[in-house]
Amino acid sequence: MSQGVEVVGLYVRDHDEALAFYVEKLGFRVHTDVRNGDYRWLTVQHPDQPSFQLGLFTPGPPVLDAETAQTLRAIVAKGAMPPLVLNVDDCRAAYDRLRARGVEFTQEPVDRYGNVDAGFRDPSGNGWKMIQARR
Amino acid sequence: MSGVPPSQDPELLRRLLRAKDRMDAASHENWPVRRLARVSGVSEAHFARSFKQAFGIPPHRYLLTRRIERATALLRDTDLPITEIAFDTGWESLGTFGRTFRDITGESPSAIRVRGRAAAQELGRVPACIVSAAHRPDLTIAVSEKRRRVAGDINGSSEKEVL
Repeated sequence: MSQGVEVVGLYVRDHDEALAFYVEKLGFRVHTDVRNGDYRWLTVQHPDQPSFQLGLFTPGPPVLDAETAQTLRAIVAKGAMPPLVLNVDDCRAAYDRLRARGVEFTQEPVDRYGNVDAGFRDPSGNGWKMIQARR
Repeated sequence: MSGVPPSQDPELLRRLLRAKDRMDAASHENWPVRRLARVSGVSEAHFARSFKQAFGIPPHRYLLTRRIERATALLRDTDLPITEIAFDTGWESLGTFGRTFRDITGESPSAIRVRGRAAAQELGRVPACIVSAAHRPDLTIAVSEKRRRVAGDINGSSEKEVL
């Protein structure tokens, strides 16, 4: 596919912490990790989704001024960023696996109309829903 | 008091969020300040004020909105008797539940049950876990204050406040 959304970014509080979480705990892969001085372009990918990258960005210079960056860090830490959704084949199995790895779950798996969903947060505060769709 | 309060440390906010998440996950449980403060790793003395500054609502009132949100979902999505919903969502008596529910939503649990079912179809494409948050009551003032204002209206008070 040559057209479509390729990268969507999240704000995280620390690159290395986010990288460890998304790769070691969630099982994503690093797609790009390049630095230029203080700037770091870091994206990860779901192993089944090669055409999409999730960007892990820290708010700060040189892109943002210190006050704006501080505001964004606060917003992320308050869990006020919009919801993210991860589709899984088996929500309960994924819950057990991720929880054993130390993922901070905010909601245990719940059945809703044949779907099963659970909720977790990344270390920065970004909230994910993990959904097993009815089939 | 005026002006913008000093911004809170993101590390503190992240820990306060944990207390909020815990209330979300188990809103039927009792959440005294001591318990919440422990989750956030802050002193009891600072917890309520820090929480309110972070989320714009005192922790106890936040818990009420979550209970009402859950009760509303159960009224809409299940056939459970209202008494059972009251106890399941953390109230100690049906009377308190009904009164608080009406104070916050402006309607009785049974009226919400009828209306919620009619409206449920429209949101079918949105993940259910996210829909329920959209139905969370916006409790910008204390329940006691809301009650007082309504009583004022009934008594013919000419004072009208925009809520």
